[in-house]
Amino acid sequence: MTTIFGVPTQALFGQLLLGLINGSFYAILSLGLAIIFGLLNIINFAHGALYMMGAFVAWMLLTYLGLGYWWALGLAPLVVGLFGILLERFLIARLYKLDHLYGLLLTFGLALIIQGLFRNQYGVSGLPYAIPAELSGGQRLPFMFLPNYRAWVVVASLTVCLATWLVIEKTKLGAYLRAATENPTLVQAFGVNVPLFLTLTYGFGVALAGFAGVLAAPIYSVNPNMGADIIIVVFAVVVIGGMGSILGSVITGFALGLVEGLTKVFYPEASATVIFVIMVLVLLVKPAGLFGRTA
Amino acid sequence: MADTAALDAAPIAASRPEGRDDKALHRKVFAGLAIALALAPLVLYPVFLMKVLCFALFALAFNLLLGYGGLLSFGHAAYFGMASYVSAYAAKHWGLTPELAILSGTATAALLGLVFGALAIRRQGIYFSMITLALAQMVFFFSLQAKFTGGEDGIQAVPRGNLFGAISIADDRVLYGLVAVVFFGGMLLIYRIIHSPFGQVLKAIRDNEPRAVSLGYRVNQYKLAVFVLSATLAGLAGATKALVFQLASLTDVHWSMSGEVVLMTLVGGMGTVFGPIAGALVIVTMETYLAPFGAWVTVIQGAVFVLCVLLFREGIVGLFARILKKPL
Amino acid sequence: MLRSVLLATALSALTLGAAQAQTAVKIGVLGDRSGVYSDISGEGSVVAARLAVEDFAKLDPSVKVEIVSADHQNKPDVGAALARQWYDRDGVDMVIDGVTSSVALAINQVTREKNKAFIDTGAGTADLTGPQCTPNTVHWVYDTVALANGTGGAMVKRGGDTWFFLTADYVFGQTLQRDTSTVVTKNGGKVVGSVKTPFPTADFSSFLLQAQGSGAKVIGLANAGGDTINAIKQAGEFGITEGGQALAGLLVFSSDVYSLGTKVAQGLVLTEPFYWDLTDGTRAFSDRFAKQMNGRKPTANHAGVYAGILHYLKAAAALKDVKDGAKTVAKMKEMPTDDPLFGKGTIRVDGRKIHDMYLFEVKKPAESKGPWDLYKTLATIPGNEVFRPLNEGGCPLVKG
Repeated sequence: MTTIFGVPTQALFGQLLLGLINGSFYAILSLGLAIIFGLLNIINFAHGALYMMGAFVAWMLLTYLGLGYWWALGLAPLVVGLFGILLERFLIARLYKLDHLYGLLLTFGLALIIQGLFRNQYGVSGLPYAIPAELSGGQRLPFMFLPNYRAWVVVASLTVCLATWLVIEKTKLGAYLRAATENPTLVQAFGVNVPLFLTLTYGFGVALAGFAGVLAAPIYSVNPNMGADIIIVVFAVVVIGGMGSILGSVITGFALGLVEGLTKVFYPEASATVIFVIMVLVLLVKPAGLFGRTA
Repeated sequence: MADTAALDAAPIAASRPEGRDDKALHRKVFAGLAIALALAPLVLYPVFLMKVLCFALFALAFNLLLGYGGLLSFGHAAYFGMASYVSAYAAKHWGLTPELAILSGTATAALLGLVFGALAIRRQGIYFSMITLALAQMVFFFSLQAKFTGGEDGIQAVPRGNLFGAISIADDRVLYGLVAVVFFGGMLLIYRIIHSPFGQVLKAIRDNEPRAVSLGYRVNQYKLAVFVLSATLAGLAGATKALVFQLASLTDVHWSMSGEVVLMTLVGGMGTVFGPIAGALVIVTMETYLAPFGAWVTVIQGAVFVLCVLLFREGIVGLFARILKKPL
Repeated sequence: MLRSVLLATALSALTLGAAQAQTAVKIGVLGDRSGVYSDISGEGSVVAARLAVEDFAKLDPSVKVEIVSADHQNKPDVGAALARQWYDRDGVDMVIDGVTSSVALAINQVTREKNKAFIDTGAGTADLTGPQCTPNTVHWVYDTVALANGTGGAMVKRGGDTWFFLTADYVFGQTLQRDTSTVVTKNGGKVVGSVKTPFPTADFSSFLLQAQGSGAKVIGLANAGGDTINAIKQAGEFGITEGGQALAGLLVFSSDVYSLGTKVAQGLVLTEPFYWDLTDGTRAFSDRFAKQMNGRKPTANHAGVYAGILHYLKAAAALKDVKDGAKTVAKMKEMPTDDPLFGKGTIRVDGRKIHDMYLFEVKKPAESKGPWDLYKTLATIPGNEVFRPLNEGGCPLVKG
């Protein structure tokens, strides 16, 4: 058996693949965050809580309405997106004229509220949500047993990220969005309803978080703390990728998933910290992030 | 996108130069505080009061950086918590007397503040905040793993010892005296810093950094200085707290502790001198009396955040300052 | 303020006078009501406490008991502060529950300082009856050594002689790994590897992969709560048990297994001292408990709260006064214990409560007749074998 740095190659490939799977979650979540920051200048601390909501909505659809996973994939992001739109319209929009800080504090407070309410209602042990029958089982690859569901996660995530990127970079709608990011007043003068754009963008960004939540439900516990655990890491990903860059956040999400996977093999105790170390290094060398545009 | 917008926090009254009336008002406030400090332990539970004082000092230190330096640090728990650990360890394993233990904790925080500050101030705005967060997370994970911090258990059974080798502080009321002195001293120090020429330059940098640079001030040195001062005083609060509760734990270095101090400053009034004290009092009281309600505490804290940000940005003391039309 | 203080003093003087014949006891249930262990502890502990008070009142109505409760949120500083406040200000005589090792150690210290009593039912650290033992603390239910002896020893005897550990990288996880490794090697087994997982972790896939790669017959989960649940769930996903490796949960409560479900957790081997369906006594208690808890059956921790309070009240009735915590605990050690949940047992001089423990295996879905029908008993491990011997703990109270 060949080894690289003392780790058998087979094990290494297995870990890299797992890292890619984790990276998929980072990618979708940081994509949503980057879109929201890019357009609205809001650092959406509530993103983790809304990801958690997505998982819970999927569970609720199954438990109370008997609607399975495939329904949830479509409906949960919609529900979370609508909730996001309400938040934006009634709360967040009031802070656009002020410093970033207030948006952050507001969304932080919202995250606490949402998490606390779910924790009161559902406890913390986690609720079971089964992997859909069509995706259960796995493939016996030479270097590991790959569950089908995890492979699906990578595929779904790549598809969604690619589709979003295409819409933003290649369509007229996307062009309006990018223009509104750079100069909202001018775009508004041209007759585009910028406030509506902002609302819909926030809704879309959090819908992405909700989608990630549904993807996560069968493999991670559906519990109220799932958002808090992941949000700080996702922040780090977005900062490393470049806070307004769509492509940057997606690529960085996958890349950091890989880095985390490698760390788990060679030095597992540090796997939780490695992303922060990278973030500090990147911020010192290239503060706008690896793919960021402003200095 | 330019990211140097000043905080819409300080009430208008605060940005005009302070006159004799303002100083007189402040003297009255200090006197009032001193009297309250002396009388409070007769009415309220001393351990609760000491907790309020430690957190008030922590919030005051944080506000020095945020309200006067214009720098939002997301990782202030690192200095508070690390100082707490070192102070606890010094008292327990090295047998240092309380004042030396507190000093060693504070010195650690100062050193940490110097290192982290030097790294963080190279960037501005949100990037500055993110660096402080990342560095604090590293301190958290270090605390989780390092042997001396005791991991999940923390450092427990910290002896209170004898102050200056002579005065036993095992009694809560005697310790209260020490904590009140530390707090009052810290507060006076911060007041002096804010009202010194150094403080004036800080405010200038906060309000318009490019102009301050053009006037020839070495902006980065000022920022680093206030960062270290803020970290040191936060460390003083943490080191004292370790002796009060005879415990140093991971809670002190967790990012939610950093969030709490932001909340206290926000509720009390960012950029006011006395605001953080009010904020600490409100938040600690709230937590103590809501403890039986378990998970509702998080919801209520979140609601307070939201309401303050939307409707009450000036904070409690900011409100008073506006009514009195004087800076507080 | 002064008026209410005077009024309260007058009233309590009156009631004190009237209640000369009664022994007044105030018990504080200090557990986790909102965090990762809230299903093991939480409201259930308060319900169990009330049931114990109810049942004791039938035996001896001369003791008047008041119960208060609070949430320590798994934070040692919060737990210590609450215990201190209860003892100083609120007249609490005994604290029970605990549940988180780091918090239990803190409460242990405060209790000794104030000379009250502490019965820890949920926390596992064997240090409570080791170097940290005090004359004021009783350690009920289980500890890390007992779990190691139970699951570790039993698995090796059943053929699981090579082990790979998934260890939560904090003191409790490391202790669990250390204690279990000792038992495994003592019984002729071998530890082929281990990996430290950051605490807490949501995704165990890469660690499970390493465990699979090691080829060990048994994968030991040296973690608790959410970590254990996630690890087991994901082990199912990766076909670990189909591949021939057995999962040993070193600290698993029935509430964890309930939330996993038999489909995911089947075949898991674990050690607990209590199961709701074990005897008539446990069944009767569990039904009363379930009525107040929306159908949820009690965990071993809840059973410990009930049994601990029952025994404490017996000591209180015998002494007529519980102000001296060490004296009350000494009485508890003097009297043998007997309750419908743990049967007959004793409390040793180091504070360790001795009772039998059971090796359970999670039933297959086909064998299970209901959502709480989770365990089948594999073996009974006698109390004097499963707990650490008295002279090996390093407790200063043990002489000779």
